[in-house]
Amino acid sequence: MGRITLDKVTKQFGDVQVIPPLDLTINDGEFVVFVGPSGCGKSTLLRLIAGLEDVTAGEIRIDGKPATDLPPAKRGLAMVFQSYALYPHMSVRKNIAFPMKMAGMPEDEQKRRIDNAARALNLTDYLDRRPGQLSGGQRQRVAIGRAIVREPAAFLFDEPLSNLDAALRVGMRMEISELHKKLDTTMIYVTHDQVEAMTMADKIVVLRAGNIEQVGSPLELYKAPRNTFVAGFIGSPKMNLIEGAEAGKHDATTIGIRPEHIDVSPTDGAWKGRIGVAEHLGSDTFFHVHDTGLGETLTIRAGGEVGLHHGDTVYLTPQADKIHRFDAQGLRIA
Amino acid sequence: MARAVSTRRKAGYTIAAWIIGFAIFFPILWTIITSFKTEAEAISSPPSFLFFNWTTENYSTVLERSNYFRHFWNSVVISLGSTVLGLIIAIPAAWSMAFVPSKHTKNVLMWMLSTKMLPPVGVLIPIYLIFRDFGLLDSRIGLVIVLTLINLPIIVWMLYTYFKEIPGEILEASRMDGATLRDEIIYVLTPMAVPGIASTLLLNVILAWNEAFWTLNLTAAKAAPLTAFIASYSSPEGLFYAKLSAASTMAIAPILILGWFSQKQLVRGLTFGAVK
Repeated sequence: MGRITLDKVTKQFGDVQVIPPLDLTINDGEFVVFVGPSGCGKSTLLRLIAGLEDVTAGEIRIDGKPATDLPPAKRGLAMVFQSYALYPHMSVRKNIAFPMKMAGMPEDEQKRRIDNAARALNLTDYLDRRPGQLSGGQRQRVAIGRAIVREPAAFLFDEPLSNLDAALRVGMRMEISELHKKLDTTMIYVTHDQVEAMTMADKIVVLRAGNIEQVGSPLELYKAPRNTFVAGFIGSPKMNLIEGAEAGKHDATTIGIRPEHIDVSPTDGAWKGRIGVAEHLGSDTFFHVHDTGLGETLTIRAGGEVGLHHGDTVYLTPQADKIHRFDAQGLRIA
Repeated sequence: MARAVSTRRKAGYTIAAWIIGFAIFFPILWTIITSFKTEAEAISSPPSFLFFNWTTENYSTVLERSNYFRHFWNSVVISLGSTVLGLIIAIPAAWSMAFVPSKHTKNVLMWMLSTKMLPPVGVLIPIYLIFRDFGLLDSRIGLVIVLTLINLPIIVWMLYTYFKEIPGEILEASRMDGATLRDEIIYVLTPMAVPGIASTLLLNVILAWNEAFWTLNLTAAKAAPLTAFIASYSSPEGLFYAKLSAASTMAIAPILILGWFSQKQLVRGLTFGAVK
């Protein structure tokens, strides 16, 4: 079980309010990702749930039981840190055994769980090494192993992949997703990388300055962002946001159109512009189009190879049903 | 690319280092040589460096005249006692300052260090009177207390620096893993800080062993350590250089040997944090 409820949770550091009163429910077995720019309070929120920081006001409940005043170890949660936070003076085996040793678990049960975790994480050959002798990916797996053996109510991940190189990051991302499918345990995952959020989450919580901007499934956020912040934050490349007269035509202050929802033509279309940087990736081609008269540079994503280059004049047509409209407060107009 | 250093320049540095090293070591060497001379040779001018009648009579006279082993034992008890007591107080203090700092932690650290800027003689009278009233004069326990207090700022500062190097996330991880504060200090913090604690211990033993001001002023006969043993040979009946040198050599030999065997640990400890 691992249902976590936050009720008007508030956090202040001195006079600075990092998290204004915040409500959130995380259901059992869900993979929830907290995403937002750095300094948005996502790590603080995770640390409040973990018990590493005290809440200023409000209540945290885990499986219905009040956990606000419980010390971290009593909450039944396991955490994987960005720096892995392995114990450098202990072997991999002892690192993984540490939480069980602290819980006073019988030796043979400890051994059984260590062997299981090592097998699941491909660490069997490394059990007697020290963390210093392992690669970044292996260290991360040890940190996950140390979390798994506790059989926690929920796993907390604090930017676990940001110290890994790009290729390894994609691999570990899949491993963590698979682990979630296998264990079916609640996971809360903090990242600033919206690609990680989109690919892994059942539910994404977008945070800005401690406030929840939107909660929803990846596709809900993609298809119906609640405001211009979420619109700009979710999706890669970023959504094009256009203000002024063009937005006025749609009875909105701002309109948003994703790069993949603009059709490109060398001959005719709604907007005329000149190609700046063209990025040819083979599978996709990205154009940055200037001088459209709409104010901003527009980013366009065209599928496959497109024979247009820097300096070419192009005509752009937004797909009418894919236009997002926002009012003066930046909120979505339904 | 590593900076290229020519062989000639390297040789130059090596020679300079040897000269400086020798200059620092020379007084000790001279003391040791003098301890093997007769009193007449010790004050002869020009002094002879190696070619004189080597004799061990100073050592036998010194051993006859005073109880070297009692002083030695006092030094051991006082320096180890004050170091261990200091560590027991300083480990929790440094822990709290490194991992749960408050607004005033930096001020507390500076204030502690500032006590080292006070000339000890400034507080000699009050401490002497307190010691007299509590019956601590000329007692080993009294010296253990005063040397602990004198060196505590340095112990706290050194440990604080080592603890600062330990990432807070590791301690948080142990807290998540169910470690109590006691478990955290015993199983995680202390093993990780062992090199730092060891060099703090070594340095402090050396400082306490060599401390002369308080040990001379607060002892008479019973608790007098080796510093008092040396001082007793610069006595009213005039200086006896050879015997004084023999006493000094015997007093510094134990700590010199300890320092020699632990020099790697000491250097590592003192440059910890500065060199990565």
